[in-house]
Amino acid sequence: MSHQILQYILSGLSTGAIYSLIGIGFAIIYNSTGIINFAQGEFVMLGGIMTWFFLSVFQLPLIAAMVLAIALSTAVGVLFERLTIRPLRNASPLILVIITIGASILIRGMAMLIWGKDTHSLPMFTGSEPLTVAGATLLPQHLWIFGITLFIIAVNRFYFHHSISGKAMRACSHNRRAAGLVGIDVKRMVLFSFAISSALGSVAGIITAPLTMTSYDVGIMLGLKGFCAAIIGGMSSGIATVVGGLLLGVLESLGAGMVSSGYKDAIAFIILLLILVIRPQGLFKKAETERV
Amino acid sequence: MGRFVMSAVAALVVVVCATAASAASTIRIGGLFAVTGPAAFLGEPERNTLEMLVKETNAKGGIHGSRIELFVYDTQGDATKAVQLATKLIKNDKVVAIIGPSTTGESLAVIPVVEREKIPLVSCAAGIKITEPVKKWVFKTPANDHVAAEKIFNYAAKLKQKNIALMTVSDSYGSSGREQLKALAAKKGISIVADEVYSPKDTDMTPQLTKIRGAKPDAIICWGTNPGPAVVTRNLKQLGIKIPLYQSHGVASKKFIELAGSAAAEGVTLPAGKLAIYDILPKNDPQAPLLREYDQAYRRNFKVEASTFGGYAYDGYRLIVEAIKKSGATPDKIRAGLENTRKMVGVSGVFTMSQTDHNGLDLSAFEMVRVSKGDWVLAR
Repeated sequence: MSHQILQYILSGLSTGAIYSLIGIGFAIIYNSTGIINFAQGEFVMLGGIMTWFFLSVFQLPLIAAMVLAIALSTAVGVLFERLTIRPLRNASPLILVIITIGASILIRGMAMLIWGKDTHSLPMFTGSEPLTVAGATLLPQHLWIFGITLFIIAVNRFYFHHSISGKAMRACSHNRRAAGLVGIDVKRMVLFSFAISSALGSVAGIITAPLTMTSYDVGIMLGLKGFCAAIIGGMSSGIATVVGGLLLGVLESLGAGMVSSGYKDAIAFIILLLILVIRPQGLFKKAETERV
Repeated sequence: MGRFVMSAVAALVVVVCATAASAASTIRIGGLFAVTGPAAFLGEPERNTLEMLVKETNAKGGIHGSRIELFVYDTQGDATKAVQLATKLIKNDKVVAIIGPSTTGESLAVIPVVEREKIPLVSCAAGIKITEPVKKWVFKTPANDHVAAEKIFNYAAKLKQKNIALMTVSDSYGSSGREQLKALAAKKGISIVADEVYSPKDTDMTPQLTKIRGAKPDAIICWGTNPGPAVVTRNLKQLGIKIPLYQSHGVASKKFIELAGSAAAEGVTLPAGKLAIYDILPKNDPQAPLLREYDQAYRRNFKVEASTFGGYAYDGYRLIVEAIKKSGATPDKIRAGLENTRKMVGVSGVFTMSQTDHNGLDLSAFEMVRVSKGDWVLAR
């Protein structure tokens, strides 16, 4: 039984790490623009499917395919901001959120036309022989996921706390108007935030595709789970969202294993609803007064 | 001048007569397929197949000299649209028979319409409720799920596997399979020791499989369509679980081996429709020549391999054509002809219909196959 529980926890942590990465993407855009970008999941899809495309159609090496996929997904993210968010920046957040939903449907539809409806698999980065840890198993790819997630979180933290543009972005999230008054180019920061979060999304898509496979419609569910993670973490672009994602993954896995697998997805959304009702500021933040 | 007018009139008369004659001798057939939308993987090959076959028939001069006129509509997998379009086919286009719809939900919705209007329907959906209980005007070409389930249980019984774990997807395909498997297990004296489900978009099934390992089954049956079963196969390998794995006929294509990886898929056993494996069928199999011909014609026309789903429309069309040849081209006669189908070789199997069986397929529709070195081999 203890082997089983360990396996549930390990499985949960590895799925949770993915939710965290996607969740951080949500949080970064939320913090700089105040909108929830529901197209975030589509960047996860773009990362995975474009890597597959460059790898198997153009026969590029894995590293080159990955770099190209990240670059192109980021370009799509920037284009997305330029074409939809910037021209409408005076619109209410509700309208912008609806626009992101529209954009996600558009991106998904175009991906379907370009790459077809089939599911595709990517090779593992390093081997597919499972490793045994105290009776539970995981794949080398899981270590890659943990490692890359940790690395990205560290880089993120450094960027937001120790670089000028990172600090400027945080300033925007606290008060856009004041940030503008002290000479921060708010528009540019918004563009940056879209670039960063689409890049993060595509990285999440690439490192998970060898495990989960990829197709034009993988973005929906992963996007929603990432959103849950960000909500649990109170939309922080730091460690709280990471913990939120890991918690979500572990609870899902334990729930599927020990209660019933029929409720696996329900667990995520019940948690989402509970958090929104009971602690809308996230699990870890103290309640704030509403900014006006 | 006078002669010119005369010959012009004569020509006109000829043209009018010819049109009238051809109108009198066309046979109007309708198709309802989910060409777009979530079930497009069914509807697209079905429509392609039907259009290809009709073109072929007309090129050969039609049936007893009558051209086939085809009316195909896209239901988008939506039951409401399917009902509207079925009515349109019957009232406006005046078809004598309908092939489709692609999904079980749409088929069940259309059944009352065709029963009322007395137009024969040959559904391309697998749900057992379509033809059980038997409805006078409704037929279907895909084999029932329980035929595939029975095939697996018979195979498992031969290997003395008594305790089975189920791992089914939580969509209509999986839940229908799960019901059939459980009902059949009770009849065959096999006990279901674990009954886990996963959702169609799940990316990690290790929790369910860990739980299944705890139940110590002799074999696992997974019931779903790609990519879920491929993930299950990979996760089993990852967990180092050595319990034999059966998959359903829903993944009987090379795509499954490709997605799961040939190392992880090694030894996976499943009942396959014969189209996927016609290369390795014994020489005397009655279906082999037809399957080869269909696959090659489909590749020529559409540049991809033929799928089992397209085969459902193939069989529907062939059944109707045979019925017309035998009995005549009115709805009534086609219906009677369909019911009298005897040993008609098709893509999904060999059809023998009767008053009590409007599907007409038996256990021979499937063949047990095993993955070996990245390809299928017969498992007997």
